[in-house]
Amino acid sequence: MLAKRIIPCLDIKDGQTVKGTNFVDLRQAGDSVELGKHYSDEGADELVFLDITASHEKRKTFVNLVQRVAANINIPFTVGGGINELADVERLLQAGADKVSVNSAAIRCPQLIDDIASHFGSQVCVVAIDAQETPDGWMCYLNGGRIRTDKSLFDWAKEACDRGAGEILFTSMNHDGVKTGYANDALARLADMLPVPVIASGGAGTPEHFKDAFIKGKADAALAASVFHFGEITISELKQYLCRHNINVRLR
Amino acid sequence: MPMKVAIVKYNAGNIYSVDHALKRLGVEASVTADARQLQQADKVIFPGVGEAATTMDYLHQTGLDVVIRSLRQPVLGICLGMQLLCRHTEEGDVDGLGIFDVDIKKFRPETPSDKVPHMGWNTLEHTRGPLFAGFTDKEFVYFVHSYYAPVCAYTAAETDYIHPFSAALQKANFYATQFHPEKSGIVGERILRNFLNL
Repeated sequence: MLAKRIIPCLDIKDGQTVKGTNFVDLRQAGDSVELGKHYSDEGADELVFLDITASHEKRKTFVNLVQRVAANINIPFTVGGGINELADVERLLQAGADKVSVNSAAIRCPQLIDDIASHFGSQVCVVAIDAQETPDGWMCYLNGGRIRTDKSLFDWAKEACDRGAGEILFTSMNHDGVKTGYANDALARLADMLPVPVIASGGAGTPEHFKDAFIKGKADAALAASVFHFGEITISELKQYLCRHNINVRLR
Repeated sequence: MPMKVAIVKYNAGNIYSVDHALKRLGVEASVTADARQLQQADKVIFPGVGEAATTMDYLHQTGLDVVIRSLRQPVLGICLGMQLLCRHTEEGDVDGLGIFDVDIKKFRPETPSDKVPHMGWNTLEHTRGPLFAGFTDKEFVYFVHSYYAPVCAYTAAETDYIHPFSAALQKANFYATQFHPEKSGIVGERILRNFLNL
């Protein structure tokens, strides 16, 4: 049976992990490759590395990081942040990334999704969507949630799949950072209507929140950052918990 | 003399992840499209992420189709590499290399929860043959694919997604996995090591 996936997300600035506890087995605090390996050893099913570097010049550092990750980590990993055109995708895949995640650029230029899917295959193309529940319903936002668009979450997710997205990574801005659980109603609606896997993001605070995302939210995978980085939940304990609640996860 | 491992170089995505995985096992492989180098290697790996018809075109144009068919040492096809070792694939309606007498089909969802591609970690069952030496059933490996080989006479491992399909095939010196051993953690490393030890 296909396992539900647990995916830690690492924010990378200038090649270093931005936040996170200095886990005891890491030699160097902030070393993204070591942190990735730590999560992988704990049982993470995939990793997401998100480049939040501001300057264009420093993006080369991120490509170098992707190469080191590819050389050292034996599970799949996705990279995102600052991907605006096919050449960016090509550079990151050549460096060894398995998938890329596109967000604002895909909303601005939806053709980017078609291009990635036709050049590299749908399995490479994760479309990340930041959305917020408003009086007008769930609406998509750009630039890390700073600019509201006139696209509805559900319409855009459907369009992204039609254009060739291989997965949808949905972050609820209402829930992100609040640690009160994922946006399970919206997740379940996405899972029921989309032909591709849905990754839940934003809101994880307790193991129960992950369980709810899988059962109530019908998500295929759940992504989280701070609960893992600050050691509030370890991936191995989380997976034991999910297993006890009859959710199929990969245990080793 | 150290073992010579060759990885077939062709126009597929991310073939270097196999190279990295071998390096982690202490093996330096050559990534090459050179017929002589491939024929003289002790082991050949035929990886692949990409689209079937485009890739078959490329193999025909470069003559790699003839080279791969002629190999007598252990060969490991991975993902698209496995599918192209089969007789025919529904993807692009194209003939493969015909090592395995089986046709590749597309997954067809039966319920809304059946997502295609089949993406993520799933378990191996009914494993047999040297690739899976020391295995117990239910070990997890990583899959990403929309097309599959049905269970057949060459099936060396099965996985259930929508229905049982071939997670691995074997015939004589040809071995193949639908999953990605190079992305399957320590379980995948054991499979690669078993292949290198053949």
